Amino acid sequence: MHPLRKQRLQLVILIVVAASVVVGLVAYMLGQNANYFYTPSQIAAGEAPGGVHIRAGGMVVAGSVKRAPDSLDVQFTVTDGTSLLVIKHSGILPDLFDEGEAAIAAGTVDDNLVLQATEVLAKHDEKYTPPEVADAMNQAYERKQKQNQEQYAQ
Amino acid sequence: MNRLLNWSPSWQWFHRLGSPRWFYQASGRWLPWLSLLALTLLLTGLVWGLGFAPQDAKQGNSFRIIYLHVPVSFLALAGYYIMAIAGAIGLIWKMKLSYMVMKAAAPVGAALTFLALFTGAVWGKPTWGTYWVWDARVTSMLILLFLYLGILALQYAFHSNEAGNKASAILALVGTANIPIIYKSVDWWYTLHQPATIKLTSAPSMHPDMFAPLLVMIVGFYCFYTVALLLFTRAEILRRERKSVWVRELALGGPAL
Repeated sequence: MHPLRKQRLQLVILIVVAASVVVGLVAYMLGQNANYFYTPSQIAAGEAPGGVHIRAGGMVVAGSVKRAPDSLDVQFTVTDGTSLLVIKHSGILPDLFDEGEAAIAAGTVDDNLVLQATEVLAKHDEKYTPPEVADAMNQAYERKQKQNQEQYAQ
Repeated sequence: MNRLLNWSPSWQWFHRLGSPRWFYQASGRWLPWLSLLALTLLLTGLVWGLGFAPQDAKQGNSFRIIYLHVPVSFLALAGYYIMAIAGAIGLIWKMKLSYMVMKAAAPVGAALTFLALFTGAVWGKPTWGTYWVWDARVTSMLILLFLYLGILALQYAFHSNEAGNKASAILALVGTANIPIIYKSVDWWYTLHQPATIKLTSAPSMHPDMFAPLLVMIVGFYCFYTVALLLFTRAEILRRERKSVWVRELALGGPAL
């Protein structure tokens, strides 16, 4: 390679490496601040500021969704597997909101560590399954659960 | 003259590739085949994906936008590397054609990034419940759009091609730092956007009946991208070489190339 071109190649590599290091450091320093939401554990540990608008997300606990009969008020619990967080909301929930699915709520955490949400979003996972396959998987899961219960009963 | 003699034979193909005239003639021969391939793959993938692939158990039919969203996002990211590498080759070897490819890649990449954001918003409303969020993935993708637009603007900000080329190439190289951030954002931070369905290291978390048409669409979009890049590059070759004899002859309907 011509020495002049070699020199310019080194300059190009230097630009890319320097830019990557700078952007990488910025991303690293952003760290937790670039998270879109807090987890229930973080809120339970007091990491989320109280009284200001934040977002919290987790898996909606099965059987926790309670709707008021005469209004749009709804209450549910989300979990990250370690802690629980109660979320209260008044409004329409997204179509994909469901128990056992992930959801993200925006609002303020009150003194009782309950999130008073002004907006609830559904978070979709990266799995895509046809309905028949999903049904078959659910049935297999239920069969197994029934078997387990029978085994315990015996 | 001395520098000409210093070229080693192994680099000859590379320097021939750098000739705008040779590239214009060769790409003219490639284009019909590439266009046919792109059209066939895209039509097959679209009909298969939109009409015959099974719907998703949770999202129903709205998941089908994946057949556009994922391929355009792939190419928006890959196209940035193509633009940056073309800029680097231009900086190192002072190759005219390389800068033309870099300039051609900017509008194509910007259009693809816009489509990725737009299809994401259309899908986000029924799925997430909102068109737009400022999470790490969506925001870093918006920065990519601004990088493409910035390079496009920088090209036109200079009177001389040479100064515009250099400035654009340096901005393109600096912007490469954003690509791994976009790609890894869903793993590094809590985002509303879900993690990748298609991974290099493991099987896709998607039913094979849904994945097959997606693969066809991705390959089809790579071909379509090549066609679009060639067309923009050819237009740029004609514009920048307009004073050369062969372009004048071409414009006057001279001997067929």
